[in-house]
Amino acid sequence: MKAEVKLMKGNEAIARAAIRYGADGYFGYPITPQSEVLETLEAEMPWETTGMVVLQAESEVASINMVYGGAAAGKAVMTSSSSPGVSLMQEGISYLAASELPALIVNVMRGGPGLGTIQPSQADYFQATKGGGHGDYHIIVLAPSTVQEMADFVALGFDLAFKYRTPAMIMADGVVGQMMEKVVLPEQRPRRTNEQIARECPWALTGKPDSRKPNIITSLELDSAIMEKNNERFQETYRRIQENEVRYEERFTDDAEYLIVAFGSVARICLKAIEDARKKGIKVGLIRPITLWPFPYKEIARVAEHTKGILCVELNAGQMVEDVRLAVGDKVPVRHFGRMGGIVPAPQEVLDALEHDFHINSL
Amino acid sequence: MKDEIIIAGFGGQGVLSMGKILAYAALENDQEVTWMPSYGPEQRGGTANVTVILSDEPISSPVLSEYDTAVILNQQSLDKFESRVKPGGVLIYDPYDIHHAPTRTDIDVVAVPAMEATIAMGQAKAYNMILLGALLAKRPDVPVEAVVRGLKKALPERHHHLIPVNEQAIRKGMELVG
Repeated sequence: MKAEVKLMKGNEAIARAAIRYGADGYFGYPITPQSEVLETLEAEMPWETTGMVVLQAESEVASINMVYGGAAAGKAVMTSSSSPGVSLMQEGISYLAASELPALIVNVMRGGPGLGTIQPSQADYFQATKGGGHGDYHIIVLAPSTVQEMADFVALGFDLAFKYRTPAMIMADGVVGQMMEKVVLPEQRPRRTNEQIARECPWALTGKPDSRKPNIITSLELDSAIMEKNNERFQETYRRIQENEVRYEERFTDDAEYLIVAFGSVARICLKAIEDARKKGIKVGLIRPITLWPFPYKEIARVAEHTKGILCVELNAGQMVEDVRLAVGDKVPVRHFGRMGGIVPAPQEVLDALEHDFHINSL
Repeated sequence: MKDEIIIAGFGGQGVLSMGKILAYAALENDQEVTWMPSYGPEQRGGTANVTVILSDEPISSPVLSEYDTAVILNQQSLDKFESRVKPGGVLIYDPYDIHHAPTRTDIDVVAVPAMEATIAMGQAKAYNMILLGALLAKRPDVPVEAVVRGLKKALPERHHHLIPVNEQAIRKGMELVG
């Protein structure tokens, strides 16, 4: 059967993909540029079809704690927000990580710091990848660059979250959230039954039968010896994720003399700049990290070996560039080009930066 | 085929919906398409614009430095985008309330008296469709039949009775360009 191709915004794709995934609940509070996630869910009324709960909470703090409650019961639950709202959720995300709970968090980033602007940004890279809340933890961070990936990463995010019992984040920007393009949604999956949850998530709070001990879900552990053991277990999980879940896209790298590293919508702007550069005889390749954590260090190092320079392009003052430098060390010069505060560069600006930073005299 | 289009004017003139109908027409016509709006407070006044890219190939950047085609609905947008039309490109504009007409000679400048035609038709909401018709006459990227099918998808069902008026306005716009 031919899949139905639809035209929709990235935010709408996230909402529709969540219903199709068989998600059990969404809890959120509106904020531009991602309000269409909540709007679409409310218009679709999935509580009447799949039984998915959709609730507009009184705040972002309430939303993330509702997510904690649903996740503790083994349910596939999610929230979405934009930068200032995600800052408010950081305490809850740290608690989710410490309680080893799966959940999906969507951040459609806007320019900051503070309340900032409503225009696109990638300035929450540090917050998402280095642990935005307190304590030694990581969450899986997926960076979509198309509306199709906005839809696909809902299932991927939930699946990874449940596989490793960790929160996962879709970190998009206002461009991918607001733009419309073609998308094919997955088939409708049924929500998991309580029996399935009890079987697949033996750790979940599903009502204690006589046959097992009570499950306790908490991030509090006053015995430091036990808390250190807990931390060691978390770190072991992070090592497994780093070994198995790195995802990235590589374009035009075979003969590349220069490399651009960019994620999300910016990778597409860079791809256009690369097409233009190649018309001028400048051989440029692209690496687009799809997982920002775990980060594709080895993969960037491998491609960087035969290049003369790397330009890291981001909608921020220079955040991912630190990871790119960690990947390649002193072997290859690494420069950063970024716009801030909601300004999105045009492809020509990226090409100008590349030519300027590496003194390329085009033909 | 690839057409990189900017549509720009005041919020409320139907800039975003013109782009949306074009995008749905491309979907109906099995083409690749991106629709990237300026979003936020400008929807309620001030300038609004949308970049629509139609192509037979996958589309890289939804954000552009320059355009093959510009559809311009006010002076501010003309001032901003005239210089960003590629040499040999097309600039369609409504001369209504334009005090400084376009001066480029290396592009095809097309004045479409859409406001006049709207008033003559007595259909204020048909304004953007007249300009869409003009665009389709200069750039036949998608057949009119696909646009009409696109209208059905872009408009909520309660507005479907307006489709004949919209189609009439599109044909009027095509006639104005000739």
